[in-house]
Amino acid sequence: MTTTITTAREKGLVACTRCTRVWPIEKTVCDRCGTALRSRDLRSLQRVWAWLAVGVICYIPANLYPMLSTRMLFTVSEDTIVGGAIELATHGAVGIAIVIFVASVLIPIGKFMIIGFLALSVTGRARLSPHARHKLYELVEFIGRWSMIDVFVVAILSALVQLDVAAAINPGPAAITFALSVIFTMLSAQSFDPRLIWDAEEDHPA
Amino acid sequence: MTNEDAMIACPQCDALYTARAPDLGEKAVCARCHTVLIAPRRNALLRVMALAVTVVILMAGATFFPFLSVNVAGLSNASSVFDAALAFMDGGAMMLLSVLVLGLIVLIPVLRAVLVLYVLLPLSLGRKPLRHARGAFRLSEELRPWSMAEIFVIGVAVALVKVSDLAQVGYGPAFWMFAALVLISVFQDGMMDRWTIWKTLDEADR
Ligand SMILES: [Zn+2]
Ligand SMILES: [Zn+2]
Repeated sequence: MTTTITTAREKGLVACTRCTRVWPIEKTVCDRCGTALRSRDLRSLQRVWAWLAVGVICYIPANLYPMLSTRMLFTVSEDTIVGGAIELATHGAVGIAIVIFVASVLIPIGKFMIIGFLALSVTGRARLSPHARHKLYELVEFIGRWSMIDVFVVAILSALVQLDVAAAINPGPAAITFALSVIFTMLSAQSFDPRLIWDAEEDHPA
Repeated sequence: MTNEDAMIACPQCDALYTARAPDLGEKAVCARCHTVLIAPRRNALLRVMALAVTVVILMAGATFFPFLSVNVAGLSNASSVFDAALAFMDGGAMMLLSVLVLGLIVLIPVLRAVLVLYVLLPLSLGRKPLRHARGAFRLSEELRPWSMAEIFVIGVAVALVKVSDLAQVGYGPAFWMFAALVLISVFQDGMMDRWTIWKTLDEADR
């Protein structure tokens, strides 16, 4: 570190993570915005793990069941997430197939692993620097919402393609478990207290 | 109570600073984790409010006007954003998904715009904040990750490609309203300096 950083906790203060105001450490609620104050929230890790677990559980049926079923004249085809991406790719829409694959497979799985890694890293010894882990945390916070793309695609297609006998697209059960998985994983990431990442630096100054 | 008033702590890493407003257009950034702490803009309150009003108006239009239309072998179907959200309404657990989609792409963005207006309108007129203005602003901030209009737009692009070999697609007026809405929301977020708003709320109450 080039500059010396003093944390609010070292000064006997507690910071509001919502409005950035600081208070004496014994205060429990921010007078300015009403947010509950905790200098460090180790119990938050339990919430992180709990939300993450339900997120992962919901992600399994999301991949096994169809996201949507397409009926054209006399044929009905059902697409899972991965199946839909492959079909797009074989139809020549490789770019869109990649978007769906990244948003629905790479981002969710990457998120599960990163959140798990961050939660483990703050209790044990971490191999990555706080800066690198903070970058990972920001990445997860920023990117997690984008997994919702596929749910919206299903919603748009199901509303739009309702043409009597000619063609109809309807949502499959995976649409709901996938949406829930995205929501639970977002809640997991939001439960994580990123200040824990930096505490190691404070305990063992470099 | 004296010097705590002037101090802020980074919400991401707890680094403590004495808050000093940078020049307009400049940013105060956390020296350790590079989180933006303060970013004042010229006439920010007025601009944020103007954009919030635009969001409400455009969303009202974008929700109910036809969004996209498809045409297969003479059969056609036009659908609004509202229809897309209600695509899952057929019954059972899918209802939950309809409520969810409607919330994420319409209700939450509108609610956030209304909350921001509620908080900022009296402030910009030099009046005292309305009742519960602080809670309203906090809620608006908490809802930020759950406002997914921009993700919906990417979903539309994907859906168009998926449906293009199946049917002819036409754009309705709401499509362009929605696209404008997303751009405006991004600008609005860039204009909004949370620190300035909290400070203004503090001073207005005194
Ligand atoms: Zn606060
Ligand atoms: Zn920081």
